[in-house]
Amino acid sequence: MMLEREIVVVGAGPAGLSAALEAARTGARVLLVDENSKPGGQLFKQIHKFFGSKDHQAGVRGIDIGTQLLKDAEDLDIEVWLDAEVCGIFNQSDVWIVRNREHTVNVRAKRIILATGAVENAVNFPGWTLPGVMGAGAAQTMINLHRVLPGERFLMIGSGNVGVIVSYQLLQAGGDVKAVVEAAPRLGGYGVHTAKVRRAGVPFYTSHTVLEARGTDHVESATIVQLDESWKPIAGTEKDLDVDTICIAAGLTPLVELAFAAGCAPVYSPLLGGMVPLHDRSMRTSIPSIYIAGDISGVEEASTAMEEGRMAGLCAAHSLGYVDEDTYTYGFAAAEGRMLALRSGMFGQKRRDAKAAIIAYNEG
Amino acid sequence: MRRIVEHPVLGALPESEMVRIIVDGEELWARKGEMIAAALMASGKQYFRKTIKVHEPRGIYCGIGRCTDCVMTVNGIPNVRTCITAVEEGMVIQTQMGYGAWNTQEGQ
Repeated sequence: MMLEREIVVVGAGPAGLSAALEAARTGARVLLVDENSKPGGQLFKQIHKFFGSKDHQAGVRGIDIGTQLLKDAEDLDIEVWLDAEVCGIFNQSDVWIVRNREHTVNVRAKRIILATGAVENAVNFPGWTLPGVMGAGAAQTMINLHRVLPGERFLMIGSGNVGVIVSYQLLQAGGDVKAVVEAAPRLGGYGVHTAKVRRAGVPFYTSHTVLEARGTDHVESATIVQLDESWKPIAGTEKDLDVDTICIAAGLTPLVELAFAAGCAPVYSPLLGGMVPLHDRSMRTSIPSIYIAGDISGVEEASTAMEEGRMAGLCAAHSLGYVDEDTYTYGFAAAEGRMLALRSGMFGQKRRDAKAAIIAYNEG
Repeated sequence: MRRIVEHPVLGALPESEMVRIIVDGEELWARKGEMIAAALMASGKQYFRKTIKVHEPRGIYCGIGRCTDCVMTVNGIPNVRTCITAVEEGMVIQTQMGYGAWNTQEGQ
């Protein structure tokens, strides 16, 4: 059986929801699918206030943005399939979906928007497979979504935004963060988040890494060590920490499998997480019927993911004749403007350059 | 490992209907609709499975259904991702050894 929809959006996180909303507002018939039993992706575990300006809902918590997006999707009567795993895309249009882990449905789409997100990177060290070693995002999911503290005494590996935000949220949840270690000589996160963790008395160790985790059935302790200028451990600087949980915040990798299996051309962008589908300013890939948005197009933040989603939704709908030229031109420029604003400043400029490089490569 | 009852941003843990699950033969109460992994970690379970060759323990790693480190045998079906599978009344959950084995009515 082959169903037909105008636009199929894969992934109901911030990017996918925004794409579906933007496209549906133009009148396009949208189907939004997500493999999870609840929509929102990773938005609902983000209980901190977002950055940016008023246009980007700065000062609003991710969890509240998620609630609003879901309400908008309901108001617009967007068709949402949950527990729906997309297993492949054929002929650049046919989306193979397994629903409720039981049966297959094929949906022929005129346009497909992939908003599959990203997955956390691992850091390997002796003992890293022990229970109690987990992604920082996994710990964040446990505390903020499931309301379960996965341990009592935490070691955070990585001082970027995810590392410091999750450290603070572990403290809010009642955990004891024994240390944040950072392999680089400088801290990586926004000052405001880092400062909150420091004010709480958590020690930060720059030029340090985790050497080993020990335990029988679960982490019982860990050793950290100082690194020299060539990132090699310095003997004699080992320090044992009494921790039962080690969180790894070492960046994310875009979830690109669906796009590449569908035949989208790749491009390498180390700053944005590795291989990503080549795309243009409208978020369209090398396959004209397939668009991308959010972390799949390069790891950034939920704010940029939402803007990319709006851009992809607008452009996909426009390519189907849903938007008049004036509205499209205005909407495109406005979306680009908001994205540039998010990709500015000391942290944003690098991402802006990396995105520009992908788009320039695409344009030849 | 414990439930977060009070939270400065999220407030008090809402009351929930409870369901009964069987974990390695022992009865455990879980919050209706929560993920298996959450219920087990709240109860203090140290590991979810052991690897096939050297029997090393494993638990959750990614927490969002990607890494498959947290799989267990659930209602006789091996390799169920416990971080994204919700508990159900009467669910039988077993610590998985290696690849596990099918043990369902249909599979036998």
